[in-house]
Amino acid sequence: MYKSWWKILGAVLVMYSTIAGFLASVPPLPILHQSIRNLYFHVPMWFAMIVLFTISVVQSIKYLSSNNQINDSKAVQSVNAGIIFGILGLVTGAVWARFTWGQAWSFDVKQNFAAIAMLLYFAYLILRNAIDEEQKRAKISAIYNIFAFPMMVVLLFVLPRLSDSLHPGNGGNPGFNAYDLDSRMRMVFYPACLGWILIGYWIYTILFRVSALEKNK
Amino acid sequence: MKKFTTTLLMLMLTLQLFAQGEGSAIADTLAGSEKIYVVVTCVAIILIGLLAFLFSIERRLKKLEKKS
Repeated sequence: MYKSWWKILGAVLVMYSTIAGFLASVPPLPILHQSIRNLYFHVPMWFAMIVLFTISVVQSIKYLSSNNQINDSKAVQSVNAGIIFGILGLVTGAVWARFTWGQAWSFDVKQNFAAIAMLLYFAYLILRNAIDEEQKRAKISAIYNIFAFPMMVVLLFVLPRLSDSLHPGNGGNPGFNAYDLDSRMRMVFYPACLGWILIGYWIYTILFRVSALEKNK
Repeated sequence: MKKFTTTLLMLMLTLQLFAQGEGSAIADTLAGSEKIYVVVTCVAIILIGLLAFLFSIERRLKKLEKKS
């Protein structure tokens, strides 16, 4: 957590993916045109969010087995960091949808379920604020978190596949493979995902360290 | 006068044909230039979000510094 090599790696990968994301060539696509480059910015937000929520659920399980408040603090701070990325993903998705699907919010299944998944985690934070006793708060919210995580996975990856969606890879639509069969796009997309995940983890460590300092005061 | 009207009507007919040639029905400013500005907007939103996060951390640190 305190070493800096992975922070530098994350920064370099994000820099590379941003520059290459704007300058590298993309396959010609109807409707999407150049906006397919959003793949390097919108999708990594969600990957970062999912990794942060995974960290949170792992810390919650650790809390239940160890009763160590540090694990509880890590769980809540990774949810805080994950929500930043979730909101950024929703907003960038709405902008992208406005100019390719015609409406910012077209009640596409994946859009709706992503919003509900965010609400699940808002509920987690509200639940925490509602309980005053520290031990009780940590235990109840850890259990809630363990239920919320599989719900989030089902909402984002299972249910959208069962019905028609405008998102690629869901319903009758082809997956991203149809777009980035182009190996040049993969060369940008995968580093972008890794880079943003590392940046997300960095944000989480900063939040955790600040909150630890606040507690010691 | 009749000829003029016919010519005008013919012109309008071709205009319509040109309009169909544009392809997408969404003709917004951001949709221009092959929609590259959509990407620019999204990158700007991400930057604004991260900068807002920086400011919030800054505020919390300031409080800590005041206390110590």
